[in-house]
Amino acid sequence: MFVPDAMSSKIIAKNVYKIFGEQPETALEMLRQGRSKDEILRETGMTVGVRDTSFTVEEAQIFVVMGLSGSGKSTLVRMINGLIPPTAGEILIDGDDVAAADAQKLRQIRRDKVAMVFQHFALFPHKTVADNVAYGLKIKGMKAAERRQRAEQALAQVGLEAYADSYPEELSGGMQQRVGLARGLAAEPEILLMDEPFSALDPLIRRDMQEELLELQRSMKKTIVFITHDLNEALILGDQIAIMKDGRFVQVGTAEEIVGAPADDYVAAFTQDIDRSRVFTAGSVAQPAEPVELGKDTVAVALERMERLGRDALYVVDGKRIAGAVAYRDLAPLAREDGSLESALITDYPKATRTTQLNELYPLAQSGLPIALVSRRGALEGVVAPQDVFGKLAGTDEPPTEPASA
Amino acid sequence: MPSPADLFTIPLDDWINTFVRDWLVPNFRPAFRAMQWPVTQVLNGLEAFLQAVPMAVFTVVLAAIAWRTAGRGVALFTLVSLIFIDLIELWPETMTTLAMIVTAVLFCTVIGVPVGIAAARSDRFLAVLRPVLDIMQTIPPFVYLVPIVMLFGVGMVPGIIATIVFALPPIIRLTNLGIRNVRGDLIEAGHAFGSTPWQMLWEIQFPLALRTIMAGLNQTLMLALSMVVIAALIGAGGLGLVVFTGLGRLDVGNATAGGIGIVIIAIILDRITQALGERRQVGGTSLWSTLKGLFRPAAAPTVEAPERQADRPA
Repeated sequence: MFVPDAMSSKIIAKNVYKIFGEQPETALEMLRQGRSKDEILRETGMTVGVRDTSFTVEEAQIFVVMGLSGSGKSTLVRMINGLIPPTAGEILIDGDDVAAADAQKLRQIRRDKVAMVFQHFALFPHKTVADNVAYGLKIKGMKAAERRQRAEQALAQVGLEAYADSYPEELSGGMQQRVGLARGLAAEPEILLMDEPFSALDPLIRRDMQEELLELQRSMKKTIVFITHDLNEALILGDQIAIMKDGRFVQVGTAEEIVGAPADDYVAAFTQDIDRSRVFTAGSVAQPAEPVELGKDTVAVALERMERLGRDALYVVDGKRIAGAVAYRDLAPLAREDGSLESALITDYPKATRTTQLNELYPLAQSGLPIALVSRRGALEGVVAPQDVFGKLAGTDEPPTEPASA
Repeated sequence: MPSPADLFTIPLDDWINTFVRDWLVPNFRPAFRAMQWPVTQVLNGLEAFLQAVPMAVFTVVLAAIAWRTAGRGVALFTLVSLIFIDLIELWPETMTTLAMIVTAVLFCTVIGVPVGIAAARSDRFLAVLRPVLDIMQTIPPFVYLVPIVMLFGVGMVPGIIATIVFALPPIIRLTNLGIRNVRGDLIEAGHAFGSTPWQMLWEIQFPLALRTIMAGLNQTLMLALSMVVIAALIGAGGLGLVVFTGLGRLDVGNATAGGIGIVIIAIILDRITQALGERRQVGGTSLWSTLKGLFRPAAAPTVEAPERQADRPA
């Protein structure tokens, strides 16, 4: 069957299983009967790596799989390029089933489509940085001069062109992983598999690398499958995040979905320590602006609307343009004098966009006015009340869907 | 005391005699003779070359190689000890022994490295190979000297063949070990970029195993040297023969002189091969750079080295 959106779905995994042991068929049958991973290990000595996992990664998306060690995430990513063959299920890359590919076809996929970045860098110690980066190209049979040039380009992308002729151990951990990344990028793959690439790095360097990856991704638009055990990292990088436990996904969703509505206690426990201000955006706490119009609405109308909405300030628009804001305490004295809105207009109002992170709203909230959410063209899209920002951060913005989320 | 032998004995010696004399030798002698051919060619070429090279040139070149690979001390030792060998009038014997050793080690490498690689790739092959290697390492060489003489005759080449049998196991074992010990994530990275098995071997496994393989080569070399006297029993010449003759005539002086010659060669070759294996462990051991390192100094310093050597001893 040809699925209409198959063009944009780069990787599709369907009911993938991986069992390590002598007779995977037996364990597979036990799993299908609903037996647990521990039971199977106790009775047969076989380890269930991944069970019944299905997912889709869209083109140019960063798909993050987050899980603790032993959750099967490294096994899962290795099945995408066939380093570990799945016991059952299909893994389609552009419609080609990796699980069914022979050695020749698999090499072809690895050479042309899928590159990998490793946790402990896995740089070849006997090759220079440039030769490491050019390894995939050499394997493909590219001429020495051309692959040197391509390796230098890839090194320039990660800012290491000066180290082309050094050996890996002369570089720091962060630099080594940049080389690992450059090696992945040099062959110009469509898909990049990253197996805990930043876990072995210091926290500060890790943060740099995350930002650098996002920066690179903005221009290169690869399809990335990123493995991590750090939920913060997952939330920063992932367009889609899958939380993995005991070989299966417990929840798949965007950062806001994972933190906002954890699927179960396990996910909730992870999200507890998360800096929510980095996950949620202004859009998630926006309310309708309900502005008053300059030259049309009177002070009385504005005051009546504030009372009805329970707000102490409203925005004033002039056509599509925002003219400013008016506050209740300024308008109230004017009501008797029948003054105009214009005389109480505050033109120095706080503004942000829908995608602004909550942590950037703190200074804006100090003005006492609601924060205006402005579209790229300057139109008023909504407002954010400071108390809603704090409600979101505390996780009390809406009635908890799960009793466990406290 | 009663023992099982009272009732029944196994005539093992007769069986083996029958097997070797009546079956193996008549049927396979031509085949074994043909196997000698490449060894003979290499040995003759090498010996003719080493005997033809003037003593001074050889000494300087070997000292220069030692200087490039193992440093100044070994170079100085090489220089002095080779002159000493010439002074005790054992130069031609030393060259013969050297030709034998190099030939034996060359064939050990040519056979041992591929076998070691095959053993690293297949657990089943290793399971079969391991007892064979154990036997080769534990069986006293005297045991296989007789069948070797029966199959190959006497002389230098049978001596070398006995040496190969004796010295082969370490290079096989250490090649296997070196390749198996290449870090798993590097192998995985090789696979992830689509390497063929051959590319994997040549680009990743072999260069990374090279240090261990060189250690195996060093061990093989040492074992080959320890066979020099035993090989002289079946007609191999060189320093071994000097020792053997000295032994036969109770000529302590001659036997000791030959022994000293063997020890000197052993020390020089050991230091150079060890240094080759350990060198560049920081910068990585690429196959080519190691091989180039071997040959580079041999070409140039023939001209330069005398000056360097000249201004040193003062």
